[in-house]
Amino acid sequence: MSTESSLPISHWQRLWLYLLGGLVMLFLIAPSVIIVIMSFSGSTLLQFPPQQWSLRWYESYFGSVEWRDATIVSIKVAVMTAIVATPLGTAAAYAINAGTLRLTGAINALLTASLIIPVILIGIGTFFLYARIGLNNTLTGLVIAHTVQALPLVVLTVLSGLRSYDMNQEMVARSLGAGRFPAFFQVTMPQLRFSIVSGALFAFITSFDEVVVSLFISGGETTTLTRRMFNALRDQIDPTIAAISTCLIVLSIVLLSAAQLFGRGR
Amino acid sequence: MSIGSVSLDRAGRPDAVLNADALRADARRQALGLLALLSPGLFLVFAVIIVPIGWLFWLSLFDQTGQLSLANYARFFEQASYIRTFATTFKVAFAVTGASVLFGYPLAYMLSQLPRRAASICLIFVILPFWTSVLVRTYAWLVILQRRGLVNSWLIDLGVIGQPLPLANNFAGVVIGMTHIMLPFLVLPLYASMKTIDVDCLRAGMNLGASPAATFRQIFFPLSQPGLASGVVIVFVLCLGFFVTPALMGGGKVIMWAMRIEQATSLYSNWGAGAALGVVLLAVTLALLGLFQWLLGARATGVWSSR
Amino acid sequence: MLLSLAPSALPIGIHGIEKRFGAVSILSDLSLDVAAGEFLTLLGPSGSGKTTLLMILAGFVRANAGSVKVGGEEIITMPPHKRNIGMVFQNYALFPHMNVFHNVAFPLKQRRVSAADTRERVAKALDLVRLQGLGERRVDQLSGGQRQRVALARAIVFEPRIVLMDEPLSALDKGLREHMQIELRTLHRRLGMTTVYVTHDQREAITMSDRIAVMNAGRIEQIDQPEALYARPKTKFVAGFIGESNFIPVECRNGSVWYEDRKLRMNDPAPSAGRHLMVVRPETLRLVTDAEQAGALNMLPAIVGDVIYQGDSFICYATLQDGRQVTLRDYCRSDVLAKLPAPGEPITLGIDAQDIVLVADQ
Repeated sequence: MSTESSLPISHWQRLWLYLLGGLVMLFLIAPSVIIVIMSFSGSTLLQFPPQQWSLRWYESYFGSVEWRDATIVSIKVAVMTAIVATPLGTAAAYAINAGTLRLTGAINALLTASLIIPVILIGIGTFFLYARIGLNNTLTGLVIAHTVQALPLVVLTVLSGLRSYDMNQEMVARSLGAGRFPAFFQVTMPQLRFSIVSGALFAFITSFDEVVVSLFISGGETTTLTRRMFNALRDQIDPTIAAISTCLIVLSIVLLSAAQLFGRGR
Repeated sequence: MSIGSVSLDRAGRPDAVLNADALRADARRQALGLLALLSPGLFLVFAVIIVPIGWLFWLSLFDQTGQLSLANYARFFEQASYIRTFATTFKVAFAVTGASVLFGYPLAYMLSQLPRRAASICLIFVILPFWTSVLVRTYAWLVILQRRGLVNSWLIDLGVIGQPLPLANNFAGVVIGMTHIMLPFLVLPLYASMKTIDVDCLRAGMNLGASPAATFRQIFFPLSQPGLASGVVIVFVLCLGFFVTPALMGGGKVIMWAMRIEQATSLYSNWGAGAALGVVLLAVTLALLGLFQWLLGARATGVWSSR
Repeated sequence: MLLSLAPSALPIGIHGIEKRFGAVSILSDLSLDVAAGEFLTLLGPSGSGKTTLLMILAGFVRANAGSVKVGGEEIITMPPHKRNIGMVFQNYALFPHMNVFHNVAFPLKQRRVSAADTRERVAKALDLVRLQGLGERRVDQLSGGQRQRVALARAIVFEPRIVLMDEPLSALDKGLREHMQIELRTLHRRLGMTTVYVTHDQREAITMSDRIAVMNAGRIEQIDQPEALYARPKTKFVAGFIGESNFIPVECRNGSVWYEDRKLRMNDPAPSAGRHLMVVRPETLRLVTDAEQAGALNMLPAIVGDVIYQGDSFICYATLQDGRQVTLRDYCRSDVLAKLPAPGEPITLGIDAQDIVLVADQ
């Protein structure tokens, strides 16, 4: 698009806008930057910039069995969620895109319901349900609950990929002798891989960062990292959390850049 | 005049119904196939979201002695603490939505006016926090805003104030923390809709002699309103049911709707009360989204895909 | 021989096809027979249902009723991949993640043809469309014409019983399009596969087809060889859609045809009594200048509106007695050129009795 700098307004006249926008961007990014810097502080006091530097909070994070266990639980659940939600969401997106079903609107609404329904309600609802069927404090229960929350993101991501994909290709593949499934796997999926991988990454990060539902349905040996962090924050502000937060920020950056790079390299 | 004239097949039936049954069966088979692709996802959503919420709704209709009653709902009007909770929730939601518009609109406007490359770099500043854990961001604001936090210690060191300002564990803290979390939800759909505004429209306005300010006021701003409206609705609705930040930054003084639900169920095990709160919250959420969709005819769920 | 399909080409029998989208009827009671090895074109404006019919043949659109038989075998409910039909789409739909070789080898891979056999057959197919040696190219390195050829090679490499093409040349520029028309025609002559071709371009249809089915509003208006379709259109729509036509209202009474108060001579037997339209092609109208020329012609007096000289030919717009405008076109032979009328001049237009075609006046 060649809409760049096309209005007869100079950048100088716009300086106030850039200043304001820059301040809002600072507001958005500063907390993360501060936390990353604080995590390398050598003191228990909250000083910024820190007076001395150390890795003691990282040692405290990785040295603690409780934090380590919680991290492992979260990773397990997030990986499983991505593995379950991605094929389910992709299949659903494919069916919605085919669009020959009646009630497509209702199906869409149902699949994306977890984006609109307040999370707290999903939290007490799943807790209530799991209490009856014994899924509270289990990995399975967490994976199912997180899958439901990640599903809309996978569906929307894959659906947007499908919308920009030329379905004639799948039709031509089928006319050339490939059944529906071979045509999908040989022709459509390789071209949707960016959307599918993005969907999987979004599912992973949605699960990994999920707090509210985990608060209700995880505990004991299956306490997730976010639940442990939440409880720790309720009590006191432990700088170990700065180290954990830094790791989470790095994880977000890595996953987002992975999605970006994968998109460009196709 | 047409070549295709009605003739009869060997069984004596008109061609018009030839194979109609087989074709209908084939159509049904294909629909079932597509439904099979949808069913695992639909089943999970149904089992984990719809069934429990229905169940909670049912529970909310009984009082603690197991009698069918509206006591759980009547309480909202009778007990001052509930009324206070609702008032606080709406106050926070309005404040956060207002602050988000105030900060988000200029940012989205700037992003939409920047050249492509610069805009995509600046967009990182919106997307990265968006995908950073809410807990991490809330923790950061606690560190920054609390009594002996960064802002207070700087201001005291600079001699601006003698006593630390109460920034966290109160209404202001909750609003600041939540604004940080909600901003991307406003900026992303707003930016997406601003990108679709035709620059020629604006240039025409300016060529016709309108000042930049007038062009903005009379052309750009009205055109950006649908995006702004969807952002506002999303932010407002998310605020109503928000839990993490008020729970951690409210210092027990700012009790919002979602926290009330958590207290009722976890602390007092009063499922009827918690469920009734949840049902009303869901009803208000859906009503707002429905109202928005009705007023704007916009895809209230469509804007989510900008995530 | 490999890729010689003539002996195995099969006829298609299409019978009583009904297609509705909701309450809207797209195709109604459509029947059509395509002979084995025939090149048949479905010609019509957009929305006439021609692409829908093609999609029904390919199996991507399901009809509400009807029968499609290939060599006597019913295929209307058969899934597309079992129909053994080669298809070329308007936008080619090449697979961008595969090179040319793998695109063309795709149908063979589905049929589990051995690697050696695949190599040989792909090479032959690429040879046929004159793309030899381009197997390793990526799809995005090809020109529009080359992509078209790859799509064609892919559609014929597995020796399908039938080839379907949906406006395959519409994305090419004019020169290349005309070139490819001839090439497609030659290829069809050589391979002899039954071909159903969809286009909205009447010139393309006339150039390439054995027969043309003109479609309008979900029905076949007329199906004929190109020459017959042009010379003897059966409906006003066909006459208007193919080539240029003057429509002159005439009346039939007492077994003869009248224009105003003139009785017209014609070779065809007179139709039923009532109002009709006479279809007159601009090039069959003549400027009558000598009385002796006039003998065998029907004569219509007119006033010249304008004469446009176009180098090899000229166009004359004239107004008939009833105020109707007609167009006449003729070549600029020196004898004609010498006697070109001036605007406003009264002239006599002549029509040969054998050139008169009447269609119903809807």
